[in-house]
Amino acid sequence: MTTLQPPVAAEARPAPPPAKRDRRSWTGWGFIGPFVAVFALVFLAPIVYSIYLSLFRNQLIGGNQFVGLDNYTRALQDDAFWSAVGRVALFLVIQVPIMLGIALLVALALDSGRLYGKSFFRITIFLPYAVPAVVATLMWGFMYGTKYGLVGDINSAFGVSLPDLLSPGWVLASIGNIVTWEFVGYNMLIFYSALRVIPTSLYEAAEIDGAGQWRIISSIKLPAIRGALVIATIFSIIGSFQLFNEPSILRPLALNSITTDYTPNFYTYSLSFNGQQHNYSATVAIIMGVITMIVAYAVQLRGMRKGA
Amino acid sequence: MSTSVTASPAKNTAPRLRTPRKKHTPGKPKRNVLLTVLMALMALYTVVPLIWLVINATKTQSGLADSGGLWFAHDFALWDNIRTTFTYHDGIFGRWLLNTLLYVVLGAGGATLLAVLGGYALAKFQFPGKRAIFAVVIGAVAVPATALAVPTFLMFSKMGLTDTPWAVIIPSLVSPFGLYLMWVFAAEAIPTELLEAARMDGASEVRTFFQVALPLLAPGIVTVLLFTTVATWNNYFLPLIMLKDPDWYPLTLGLSAWSSQAQTIGGDVIFNLVITGSLLTILPLIAAFLFLQKYWQSGLAAGSVKE
Repeated sequence: MTTLQPPVAAEARPAPPPAKRDRRSWTGWGFIGPFVAVFALVFLAPIVYSIYLSLFRNQLIGGNQFVGLDNYTRALQDDAFWSAVGRVALFLVIQVPIMLGIALLVALALDSGRLYGKSFFRITIFLPYAVPAVVATLMWGFMYGTKYGLVGDINSAFGVSLPDLLSPGWVLASIGNIVTWEFVGYNMLIFYSALRVIPTSLYEAAEIDGAGQWRIISSIKLPAIRGALVIATIFSIIGSFQLFNEPSILRPLALNSITTDYTPNFYTYSLSFNGQQHNYSATVAIIMGVITMIVAYAVQLRGMRKGA
Repeated sequence: MSTSVTASPAKNTAPRLRTPRKKHTPGKPKRNVLLTVLMALMALYTVVPLIWLVINATKTQSGLADSGGLWFAHDFALWDNIRTTFTYHDGIFGRWLLNTLLYVVLGAGGATLLAVLGGYALAKFQFPGKRAIFAVVIGAVAVPATALAVPTFLMFSKMGLTDTPWAVIIPSLVSPFGLYLMWVFAAEAIPTELLEAARMDGASEVRTFFQVALPLLAPGIVTVLLFTTVATWNNYFLPLIMLKDPDWYPLTLGLSAWSSQAQTIGGDVIFNLVITGSLLTILPLIAAFLFLQKYWQSGLAAGSVKE
């Protein structure tokens, strides 16, 4: 999905415990200064510069011109942009629940203590996380192929004709499968880590009260890992909206299905690096960033309120 | 881990290999065959593509075309493929491997260093602006990376940094998640009294950090290092934007260039090298994950510790 997606095991709780009020001085800056300096250079400065860029237009005659919010009005009426947003929204609504649902089931199964070969499964299902998106997409891209791929093998072995997974009607689902394959184990591990710190005394008390396994899962385990569920959901949403690697690497195999404005991110990339429309590209990126933050924030509010 | 670290988060983390947690239930849960079979299907799903990769790395270009995907072709060309991968185009693959290592050592190493220093500061010092730093860093995690990509490229291009290794390394130096994890870890693992004692004895802040704090942080450092390494090793988007010269490509970018070369007219079709190169690219990371299992699993769980 994206290489910058930070691996988060943290529960969404307010903050780590505050440091003791030992001494309030500038000494701490000596330690955090380097981080803040680089952070300002690669996070804050580009955001500010992006906003600046979005207010200008570069013309052949006249050079850089201040145009106010013109780029924004253009983006809001841009069909290519909105159909890309619609595509990732569709992807998000279907792929994220499937991926997180499987990850949750696997984590609960691992935590139940009822599996043979538990540590084998834990590491095996996590392994795809170590595979770069480029390699994952190349592998699946080959396997999807009707010529060399597994789809072709199945077709000739059973005399069937499976649909072309790289055709326009199927390619979004095919990308969804790649992303699911890459991140199901990673999310599973987050849920599993959260499950492992539930005090076992809770289970004992519940059993004495006559609770069955399903009751323990629904009344103890799921509420206890709600924070992890919310965090994983938010990062999956951000990942879906940022979708770029998989479609861009799959594109050479599916030229008819994946256009250069297939996702919002692909669109900003193409505008900037093939079309030289840096100002408009920055505008589209800002709008997409704002949409992402609004959705992520809404999910967080909802997730934290539920049953709290 | 040192035995003196009574408050270390790693103590609370169950998924360590040799310290099984107390049983869930008073009675030992019965192993379930059906559940295991379902799990095996899931494991099959994650493993089949990797098996496919290993099998197909043994085939020649023509073997790829006329043999089934999940079994070997007549010719076993793995060693040939590996040799060709490293010699094709004057050994550019070896160069990409070295570039990737360079980006990992400087990028992931630097990111870990900055995260350790910053996390220690956040956990153990009060200083002006601390709350603001926390808010801004956590907020930045939610900003789509690509919203920053274009402006970062333009900025770096004005600074003359594009098409140099620095364009890949500098943005890799910031890992907000690494900072967060080190913060939680340092708060748990370093008793404040120990720092006070060192200061009483007249140790400087720098010396206190290196001699008292750093050894206690070791398990957290390994985890952050492993995850920043994966992020840098697998990075694709950033180098794609920043680099034009194939001599500076990392493995990911090189592989995708080899793959799309088949689509260009008159381009050399080298799918066997793409597949073998992919296998060579993932092996080091898979090995690192397997060998360092107990470290990263305990480190990950550190973020889930109940307070």
